[in-house]
Amino acid sequence: MTGAVVPDGAAAQALSAVQHENNVMISKRKIMQKPLAVEAVNLDKHVSSNGNALVILSGLDLAIAAGERIAIVGSSGSGKSTLLGLLAGLDNPTQGKVLIQGQDIAPLDEDGRAALRARCMGFVFQSFQLLPTLTALENVMLPLQDAKSQAIAALERVGLAHRLSHYPRHLSGGEQQRVAIARAFAPRPAILFADEPTGNLDAATGENIIELLFALNAESGTTLVLVTHDLTLANRCGRVLSLQQGRIVELEGVA
Amino acid sequence: MSLAFSLAWRQLRSQWAAGEIRVLMLALVMAVAATTSVGFFTDRIQTTLARQGAMLLGADAVIVADHPIPAPFAAEAGRANIQTSHTLEFPSMVLHGERSQLSEIKALAPGFPLRGSLMIKQQGGEAHEAGGIPEPGSVWIEPRLANSLQVREGDSLELGNSQFKVSAILHSEASRGGDMFSFAPRVMMNAADVPATGLIQFGSRVKYQLLLAADAGAMKTYTAWAQPRLARGERLQDLSTARPEIRNALEKTQQFLGLAAMVSVVLAMVAMFLAAMPYVQSSQDSYALMRCFGASGKLISRILLLQTLMLAVIGSTLGSLLGFVGQLGLGWLAGKLFVETLPAPSWQPALAGFVVGFATLLAVMWPSLLRLRHVPALHILRQDIALPTWSAVWQYTPSVLLAFGLIAWHAADSKLALAAIGGFSALIVAVLVLTRLLRRLLLALPQQQSGAVQLGLAAIRRRPRLFMAQVLGFSLGMAALMLLALIRGDLLHNWQSSLPPDAPNRFVINIQGDQLDAIKAFFKQEGLSAPELHPMVRARLTAINGKPLDIASYKDERAKRLAEREFNLSWAAEMQDDNRLLAGEWWTPAQAGQPLLSLEQGIADMLHVKLGDHLSYDVAGQPLELTVSSLRKVEWDTMRANFFALTPPGVLDAMPANYLTSLHVPGKHAEPAGAAIYQSDGD
Repeated sequence: MTGAVVPDGAAAQALSAVQHENNVMISKRKIMQKPLAVEAVNLDKHVSSNGNALVILSGLDLAIAAGERIAIVGSSGSGKSTLLGLLAGLDNPTQGKVLIQGQDIAPLDEDGRAALRARCMGFVFQSFQLLPTLTALENVMLPLQDAKSQAIAALERVGLAHRLSHYPRHLSGGEQQRVAIARAFAPRPAILFADEPTGNLDAATGENIIELLFALNAESGTTLVLVTHDLTLANRCGRVLSLQQGRIVELEGVA
Repeated sequence: MSLAFSLAWRQLRSQWAAGEIRVLMLALVMAVAATTSVGFFTDRIQTTLARQGAMLLGADAVIVADHPIPAPFAAEAGRANIQTSHTLEFPSMVLHGERSQLSEIKALAPGFPLRGSLMIKQQGGEAHEAGGIPEPGSVWIEPRLANSLQVREGDSLELGNSQFKVSAILHSEASRGGDMFSFAPRVMMNAADVPATGLIQFGSRVKYQLLLAADAGAMKTYTAWAQPRLARGERLQDLSTARPEIRNALEKTQQFLGLAAMVSVVLAMVAMFLAAMPYVQSSQDSYALMRCFGASGKLISRILLLQTLMLAVIGSTLGSLLGFVGQLGLGWLAGKLFVETLPAPSWQPALAGFVVGFATLLAVMWPSLLRLRHVPALHILRQDIALPTWSAVWQYTPSVLLAFGLIAWHAADSKLALAAIGGFSALIVAVLVLTRLLRRLLLALPQQQSGAVQLGLAAIRRRPRLFMAQVLGFSLGMAALMLLALIRGDLLHNWQSSLPPDAPNRFVINIQGDQLDAIKAFFKQEGLSAPELHPMVRARLTAINGKPLDIASYKDERAKRLAEREFNLSWAAEMQDDNRLLAGEWWTPAQAGQPLLSLEQGIADMLHVKLGDHLSYDVAGQPLELTVSSLRKVEWDTMRANFFALTPPGVLDAMPANYLTSLHVPGKHAEPAGAAIYQSDGD
């Protein structure tokens, strides 16, 4: 018996720490020292389902530079949406931390994180998530705290100037997603999270939406975090990260 | 605030369009309408009663005594800036040549009446407000006295040692009220002339009155000061003691209607609860999204509060309007009670409606809505992440407390309030226990049912609290409805039985024995059914079971008053159908002439008199011994003449009696009928 006796858990932790260092080094090298928009450090997320602990994310590290366009891919149930929720401060990690523009969000309470989201994040969801009780214009005004002219300009930009006073139920799926995109970009967020933005649309409409999303992204220089299971779509991003067994694996040779 | 306001308003508008809050709104409108309709209605009757009371008294309050009123009462009134005046009333013969007539003399001091007015006619002109009191040396008389003595304005009358000139004919007298007139005609004179007439001597039956008028606050202070200082033979009458027969009916009605309204409020609260649950569920997405886009908890609370307040304002306004319309119906139903039309209601009941509207909505909705403040933003990404569960205690306590408070407020009677609250509490506990048992039983059922049953059971298993709330809601709702149905039956029965369309609205009092034939003839001539003439013998209670009456031993103020004033004894062969025998036996025809007495239960209790007790009375100096042979309950609000103490026929024959009767005169014909009675008196 030579050397120290290291318990299994501690060994795993030590190993994880080494891997974590490597991952961070890889990520940081890739983004060439630009300031980071989003950073996840050693992120764990466990949930309990019917009394069993389920590990969704484990020791996940991620660094996204400002203005970068990345795609997170993975099979259904791989934890893509969970990761998105953690990065946006909608959910709390079991362990590890998330930094937004260098600020650790763990010490913030619900309201603090809401304020942070209001300040620098925008969202586009698979199911559009427009408030059915508000018109297109009012939906876009929601995160703007009522700045009407800015909302009208955003809707004009997505080609819906003639649909301002329509309620979501009177808009097609594509139009609803355009409203959602206008709503996401109108406050000029630093980071845009898009969760399967074409998931509920037919191929042609989805294509149009993606064109619009990328065009706006290019115009505003927003950091884009796109969650999708569609590799073709993912490949249009600067970097594609695959979520496998709770960790990020960078797919080389794409983009 | 404007963002919160516009978001709240937009949400409300489209939730209305989507039908999500219609049930809520409807429940709220009904709760407010129920409260305000009862409020408006009772307010109108209260105003009428106060107005009539003041007219009847000629003041806001009157101190009445059988001796001159002690000076401190007037002095204190003067100190408190209360207007005062005083009057003296006594019966006396009035002479004109060979003719004479027993009259009721009322001597007035300057300022009379403090409330209402005296209408007189002079020189054959139209009736006009007197604007003062008779000049010294002059009197105002009722037309029927002018008839019976055949005097006219300018003639002179003899009253005691003095001569008076008739300077006006009395048209109406505030302080006699519209409804009550006496068989002896009225003469009004100046109080300064009284000593010269020599009519007031030791032993004269004089009623001294000190009239008081001021605003309600000053009167209340004064009343509180005066009540404990009233000596034997002195009493204070105010608006609350005027027209007791209607006031009793009103209080009962107000209690019934008030409780019925509160039951509907409780019912509405149950409906709001059940409507709030799906509303909260369907609003989760919206608030999660707002949260996701950076809305603070504060902003969300503000939106929710504004939304609740907007609902409350709209619902309370609509409810109050509906309540106003509803009370018109109640007013119409009660129209038979009053000859005159009811005044317009004040705005205060609407205020009460708003308070009820806001309180119920906030109590029911706020705990539910507040949960929405805590809706996790993550709900946007994961629909399975729902609202945090709250302790049932926190969620239901405000509503339960409010419901109990409202019941207590409207019951206006601690016994009734405790009974109602106790009943509802017992019901809640019983339902909770039974529901728990039921749930266990249902879940223990074998698992091989059809799909629907299986789904239902699964829902009960998954959401025990919702199941509990629904069962509780429906049980309370059903209980409230059943209570309402019971009350409704009771209320209608009460009104119908106590107020037939021809309920008497006029009383003729002070009819002397030799006038009975004239009265009967008059009724026949007018096509009225033969009058029920009730004899009255004034008697003072002197001893119970041989023990002299010790008035000071009665704790109850009312008992003291009852014991020291003269009773009106009457006799009857049959018991009236608005009386109910509680103890003992009603006399048989064979018992006529036996010294028996039937007492009203309330007065017997107050004077501590039991069945079989011997009561000693003094009737104008003659002793009278009676044994209590029965106790009765009397429905005072039938508006018929009723007596506390009755004997069999033949007992009081030798005693000095006068008679009283009541009759129904349709509103429009009241004056001609009255005039006819005056004339019949003159024959």
